[in-house]
Amino acid sequence: MRPSPSRLLNILVPVKRAVDYAVKIRVNSSQTGVDLNVKHSMNPFDEIAVEEAIRLREKHSPSTISSIQAITIGPPKSIDTLRTALAMGADSAVHVELPESSSSSDAASSSSPEPLGVAKTLKAWIDKQQQKGEGGGGKPVDLVILGKQSIDDDLGQTGQMLAGLLGWGQATYASKIELDVEKKEAKVMREIDGGSEEVRVKLPMIVTTDLRLNEPRYASLPNIMKAKKKPVEKLKPSDLGVDLTPIMETLKVTEPPKRVGGGKVESVDELVEKLKEHGFTAV
Amino acid sequence: MLSRRLFARCLSSRRVFSTLNPVTDSDVTHFTRILSPSSVLSTLSPVSTPHDELDIYNTDWMGKYRGKSTTVLKPKTTEEVSEIVKWCHDKRIPIVPQGGNTGLVGGSVPLKDEVILSLANMSNVRSFDPVSGILVADAGCILQSLTDYVAPYDHIMPLDLGAKGSCQIGGNVSTNAGGLRLLRYGSLHGSVLGLEVVLPNGTILDQLTSLRKDNTGYDLKQLFIGAEGTLGVITGVSILTAPAPQASNNVILALPTFDNVVPLFKTVKRQLSEILSAFEFIDRTAYNLAVKHGQGRALSDEDVEGAECFILVETSGGRREHDEEKLADLLEHLLEADKPLINTGVLAQNPAQFSSLWALREGVTEAVSKEGKAYKYDISVPAATFKQVVDTTRDHLRSKGLLNEDAVKHVLGYGHVGDGNLHLNIVAKAYTPEIQAALEPFVYEIVASHRGSVSAEHGIGAMKTHALPYSKTEVSIALMRKIKELFDPRGIMNPGKVLE
Ligand SMILES: Cc1cc2nc3c(=O)[nH]c(=O)nc-3n(C[C@H](O)[C@H](O)[C@H](O)COP(=O)(O)OP(=O)(O)OC[C@H]3O[C@@H](n4cnc5c(N)ncnc54)[C@H](O)[C@@H]3O)c2cc1C
Repeated sequence: MRPSPSRLLNILVPVKRAVDYAVKIRVNSSQTGVDLNVKHSMNPFDEIAVEEAIRLREKHSPSTISSIQAITIGPPKSIDTLRTALAMGADSAVHVELPESSSSSDAASSSSPEPLGVAKTLKAWIDKQQQKGEGGGGKPVDLVILGKQSIDDDLGQTGQMLAGLLGWGQATYASKIELDVEKKEAKVMREIDGGSEEVRVKLPMIVTTDLRLNEPRYASLPNIMKAKKKPVEKLKPSDLGVDLTPIMETLKVTEPPKRVGGGKVESVDELVEKLKEHGFTAV
Repeated sequence: MLSRRLFARCLSSRRVFSTLNPVTDSDVTHFTRILSPSSVLSTLSPVSTPHDELDIYNTDWMGKYRGKSTTVLKPKTTEEVSEIVKWCHDKRIPIVPQGGNTGLVGGSVPLKDEVILSLANMSNVRSFDPVSGILVADAGCILQSLTDYVAPYDHIMPLDLGAKGSCQIGGNVSTNAGGLRLLRYGSLHGSVLGLEVVLPNGTILDQLTSLRKDNTGYDLKQLFIGAEGTLGVITGVSILTAPAPQASNNVILALPTFDNVVPLFKTVKRQLSEILSAFEFIDRTAYNLAVKHGQGRALSDEDVEGAECFILVETSGGRREHDEEKLADLLEHLLEADKPLINTGVLAQNPAQFSSLWALREGVTEAVSKEGKAYKYDISVPAATFKQVVDTTRDHLRSKGLLNEDAVKHVLGYGHVGDGNLHLNIVAKAYTPEIQAALEPFVYEIVASHRGSVSAEHGIGAMKTHALPYSKTEVSIALMRKIKELFDPRGIMNPGKVLE
């Protein structure tokens, strides 16, 4: 008899509301951060993570993935990001709500918690699901898929920290994921310097997504309507017993120096001369 | 019948050129004296540029029209333009003003060996007033670069079109380009406030005012808007830019039948009112071609299933929450109606998706040109007849045995519903006289039967001179001739274009 999976898989997808990548970033007047009074959307790597979770469900029999849950830790407006995840196809969402930062224009990155804080919060949520168990209405997490980094602070550590805290395996910078539900493991292609690497990891595990993993879908109107009715659970960090007080202090944020345009030279000789002037010599 | 018409056209073009002279070596020598060396390209001596370097200037965007010009001049100032034109006037040398060369009616390339006067080197912004939004720029400024220029001041250009990366503001004004924002900001006849023009005898006409109101006699600048370079060379443009919307959204709606387009337009207009900024139509064939040629990411199979056509709706407004709420209400209303006008749709979730949805619409022009040789009819007809016009044309081609892989591959329609402007495109394997004969005057007769326009926004150029009578009365055409005669008695400015 074929061994049947002991239970079906639950996927957790952490998502973050970030300044949209198309926005031209400006440092705020007090130099504590960037102007946040601009268009935000879901961090693009997280969008890839949501898409991948949905594709895994579509690829395997729909009942194999029993739940896809999106979670965000952020200010009230982060609800938009959760709605997008739900419209794409996540089943439910969790909002660990942080207070709105005092003034949006000169708020530093203080409104966005640090990777360690986020990892601890995610761990607390995952532990809680484990404790409650399937019977108690919990969704014990088998797979966490999240972005390799968030494009606002570019820290790129959350996935790794979470794996460390949980003691789970991890496959970072994924460009391809193959799930073997029966063996409870995943084969992941990773993007590494100068090529790719394939790893096999036992579930439960953490995957962080890279750009080439997939191309996220549009949210269709019926799904956007359905998303409005999907459940969103709201919590405070204290409900999970975590403290998100920053342990890092931003001293100053400044614009990079303006690039000066190139000059034109009249002849090759002049070019060679200029290169020598700037210390370039023939080998 | 056909040969008679062609013969008549040859005759009239011969008449236009009979009093004009080709460029000679001594003319080129003169041009090298009044312009800097990099501004003169000529296959004639003493410059002797290789022939192939002139190809891009001699060939139009569609690859349909090819001129044999020997000489391209790229002046840097209005005075240089004036000098050139004065010389050409004296020597009776014909001139084709050329902007970004993206025109779609063969107006921007020579019919024979006219001098090409390219505005590409006149690309400076002269002034911008962030309070009034009035921008004054050289005619050779590329539309996209002007858009980028005013963006930091929270303004946008009142027009936008697929060719924005290459077309020039002078070319836009000369063709009275419509484009994607016309629904919101109106035509260039309203937003252009002033022009600087070099008249066909070299005189500089300075009407570069920046006044919103100026009722002092005849509004001469209006004549140059849409004149396609037949009355003079535009060298400077003063244009009113609009405050940039603070929030934009877009959605593509999939419709089960074309019959729903007009009712949908009514509903959308009513519910979105002032934030509606575009309502664009793409039929299924056009959509499929855009996807095939990689213009923007496709919708999922499920979303396009059973769709006969698509509508792209864009909103722009001052407050995101307000706009999103309005749009959400509309979409809910559309989905939950007893008899829904739409199957489904997709709503952009971020600027990347916003661009991708637009690319599906804007990319049709490019997709069509990749697919084959296009016969393009840019016509004004009542929006309710769009599909009928496309279908009738397709049936007609089929009845002539021309609808197959070796002749006409696709007949498709897309365009600006809000403006009653249909782009009817016939994609063929090659341009052939049989297809041409099957299409014309057939298409023009359909247009005339709806009292439409044979050229809604692309102009007349070389392509449609013979079709002018389908949209303009004899009295109008006679007046146009008198105006041409008044400005350009020697007929050196873009001969053979607009008027035969
Ligand atoms: C992909 C694509 C999308 C397009 N979409 C639209 C659209 O949505 N709406 C629309 O209306 N058109 C559209 N067009 C056609 C449109 O007419 C041109 O793109 C544009 O307006 C022409 O600008 P240009 O600088 O390329 O002019 P050209 O093609 O160089 O010239 C066009 C005509 O204007 C004359 N001319 C150019 N510059 C001057 C000048 N400075 N002084 C006097 N005469 C001049 C030329 O002699 C010629 O007759 C599209 C074209 C393409 C290729």
